[in-house]
Amino acid sequence: MAQRRNWPIVILAVAVIAVHLASAAAGKPQYLTQLTMAGYYSLVIVGLTLLMGYTGQISLGHAGFFAIGGYTSGLLTTYNLQGGGAFVSLLRATGLLVAGKDLYGGDLLVMRPWLACLIALAVAVAIAYLVGKPVLKLRGHYLAMATLGFGTIVYKVVLGSSLVGAADGISDIPAFPLFAGLAVTGKSALRVQNYYVAWGLVLAAMALLTNLIHSRVGRALRAIHGAEDAADAMGVDTARYKLQVFVLSAALAALGGVFLTHYNGGIGPSEASIMKSVRYVAIVAVGGMANLWGALIMGVLLNFLSLRGSFGSYDDAVFGVILLAIMLFAPDGLLRVELVRRLPNMRRLRGRAP
Amino acid sequence: MSLLVVKNLCKRFGGLQAVGNVSFTVAAGSIKALIGPNGAGKTTLFNLIFGALPPDSGQVWFAGKQTDGWKPHQVAAAGMARTFQHIRLFPKMTAWENIAVGRHAHSRSGFLSSLLGLPWTRREQRAVREKALDIMRFLGVEDRAEVEASSLAYGQQRIVELGRALACEPKLLLLDEPAAGLNMRETSEMAKLIARIRDTGVTVLLVEHDMTLVMNISDEILVLSYGEKIADDRPLAIQKHPEVIEVYLGEDDA
Amino acid sequence: MSLDLLFQYLVAGITYGTIYAIVAIGFNIIYNTTGIINFAQGEFVMLGGMIGVTLHSLLPVPLAIAGAVIATMLVGALIEMLFIRWLRRPSVLRLIIITIGLSIAIRELALLLWGEGVRALPYFSGTAVTSLSVGDVHISPQVLWVLGISAVMVVALNFFFARTLLGRQMRACACNREAAQLCGISAKNMVTLSFVLSAGIGALAGCVISPITYVQYDSGTSLALKGFTVAILGGLGNSMAAIVAGLLLGTLESFSIWVMPAAYKDVIAISILLLILFVRPSGLFGNAEAARLKDY
Repeated sequence: MAQRRNWPIVILAVAVIAVHLASAAAGKPQYLTQLTMAGYYSLVIVGLTLLMGYTGQISLGHAGFFAIGGYTSGLLTTYNLQGGGAFVSLLRATGLLVAGKDLYGGDLLVMRPWLACLIALAVAVAIAYLVGKPVLKLRGHYLAMATLGFGTIVYKVVLGSSLVGAADGISDIPAFPLFAGLAVTGKSALRVQNYYVAWGLVLAAMALLTNLIHSRVGRALRAIHGAEDAADAMGVDTARYKLQVFVLSAALAALGGVFLTHYNGGIGPSEASIMKSVRYVAIVAVGGMANLWGALIMGVLLNFLSLRGSFGSYDDAVFGVILLAIMLFAPDGLLRVELVRRLPNMRRLRGRAP
Repeated sequence: MSLLVVKNLCKRFGGLQAVGNVSFTVAAGSIKALIGPNGAGKTTLFNLIFGALPPDSGQVWFAGKQTDGWKPHQVAAAGMARTFQHIRLFPKMTAWENIAVGRHAHSRSGFLSSLLGLPWTRREQRAVREKALDIMRFLGVEDRAEVEASSLAYGQQRIVELGRALACEPKLLLLDEPAAGLNMRETSEMAKLIARIRDTGVTVLLVEHDMTLVMNISDEILVLSYGEKIADDRPLAIQKHPEVIEVYLGEDDA
Repeated sequence: MSLDLLFQYLVAGITYGTIYAIVAIGFNIIYNTTGIINFAQGEFVMLGGMIGVTLHSLLPVPLAIAGAVIATMLVGALIEMLFIRWLRRPSVLRLIIITIGLSIAIRELALLLWGEGVRALPYFSGTAVTSLSVGDVHISPQVLWVLGISAVMVVALNFFFARTLLGRQMRACACNREAAQLCGISAKNMVTLSFVLSAGIGALAGCVISPITYVQYDSGTSLALKGFTVAILGGLGNSMAAIVAGLLLGTLESFSIWVMPAAYKDVIAISILLLILFVRPSGLFGNAEAARLKDY
């Protein structure tokens, strides 16, 4: 059983390498940029699949968590602490800050990216806990509206607040150095490295989530989705699990936000918009709701096309129509990978004598 | 020794007194049946005992602990398991997976260890699967282990739901109309299964309409009518009880 | 703050609040008949305004409005017949997403047809600067049009539901669909009618408010959110309470400029929505148990 469920991850790893080599051979290295970005968006999508597909809770505000991650990290790595008080000197002494020069030659003192990242994730997780606890007690329409409301608040705040650049967002966000000379940055010289960083993260997330789904917890989640009162009767603390999945999916979204922001060197309010949240929901729905791999494949495909501009100015419309079409005609999604995975089991069943 | 003690339990829905001042006990290792005409409050009483509904007043004592006001998952963890009047299996999960959920309270892998796929977590997974298959063998349905629950025949769904409750290793099993929708042969099989379960040391409280099953396997019978207890005695005494006969007048015997 | 300024804020609050209340009533009509929350409700208002403006280039104002209302009612009927009617036992989640998808589709279509510009019908009487004076305070006649037409709509709806056969059939359907069908009422048609009615009142509201607020292809979204807030605040399904709730929200929003920048005005409505959902989902006037039961 351990063998079988790890195959898709191996296949993905191979595919990632193959795509890199193919694009190099075809002389189109710029595809890697869009695929890197699509990879970071995929983190949001697989987290949302866990939430929507496995626990059956809809979230129309997940772009909010992506934005919280990206904006927090962006703000902390660009906010000039130069001339701050004793606390700032303390931070500087402990090496948590980094000095530099801004565009005009002035002194710049900002937080180190890795610390900013940790803080951004912590903030996202904290907000997810605070918002999730009351929100997840709601069902159906009320839950949808509450998450929509949350997403809208985040959007309005980043749009209106001059601290984070209002409509212009934050730009000139520095690179995020990782280890061994790797850094998350948009510099074209490091394009290939960044591609592998992004897809490395995605592979790690898929491995972890696959473990989760096949575990006791995964079964409990599916039970909550299948028949919540029965799950309760079996000792599953449904409220706690729903909250934990919500927080996990928020953390994944924020992680995607942090990395993509450093990759792009900037972030704007559109990343928090409701249309972005709808886009994520559309992709989860198309991929098959409870289908991690389906959502991943569809997410990469659609985001890649969108980033390449294939949808033109009808970007939002395309995702809206996809959502509508899927919900009308194929509410279980297009890619029935779950079904495909069941086939080997069926063969085994037929092999047993009645 | 009473495993379950119910004292003066009351529940009102608006103008309707669904359960009115009901008190009874269930002795450990016995089978007690709860009967009464439709609308007598039997499922409500179950829901009150199980914590799915909060009582307006009264107490529930289970295994020496006061459990009224507890949430269902807490009651489940204390050793009570239930089945539902209208089958509540997890439709898209296979039969063995459904039963495995019943092992939830007896396993420990949490979020973090499950994400990381630690060795002890994987060992626990395998143990859970084995136990689920064991239960299916005990119930005689192990050949349907990998079948999706919604594809099972009705009678088998009832048995799988029973298996799921058994997986909780309960001290007390609450069965809500276990024979509903079953034909005569299936009902008699179900009766034998319940008796076998009792023989393994599990106490059973069941709601049922099928009088043959009830009379055959119950040690004691509680009769409800319009939310009130009208009799609580052994089967033979119940059959002769004048109020019970009056309440059932016009009812076919099953 | 001077009395005049106070009065202006109040009037603005009541005006917007009335429109929110009309949107909420639209939500309630569809919800009561079908149990569906129509996320595209705000788009009906937008369409009313936009179509009204387009027709105004050919027709005088009253006819343009009538045309816009009829056209939007047709859109409502079309939506119901094409996208909702044939679904078999859809889950709540599916319905939510479908109406969201519809809302987006209509919005993008509006963008295609009318572009990004804002439009407005001319003031019904007078101009943008006309004002009637009552003592020290001044009020634009358009505000009176908004309040007047909304009041007429509410009275007409009350009459419709209480006194006409069709209205009573809709109420029957809302209470108990199967029983209504057994009495020979076509539940399917009642559902279509509820969409038509909601679309109609939304469109009328859109026309009458457009001189004051202007309409734009994406005006519908924030209206839907606020209308929903009002509906929940008053208790989902309770249209009389929605009126009170609407006035309350409108006034709160209007006076919020005192304490926070205008950019965050929308946050007021959403915060109230979240507060209500967390604390008392049955709304100010609703019944807690009924709210829990009506959840699905």
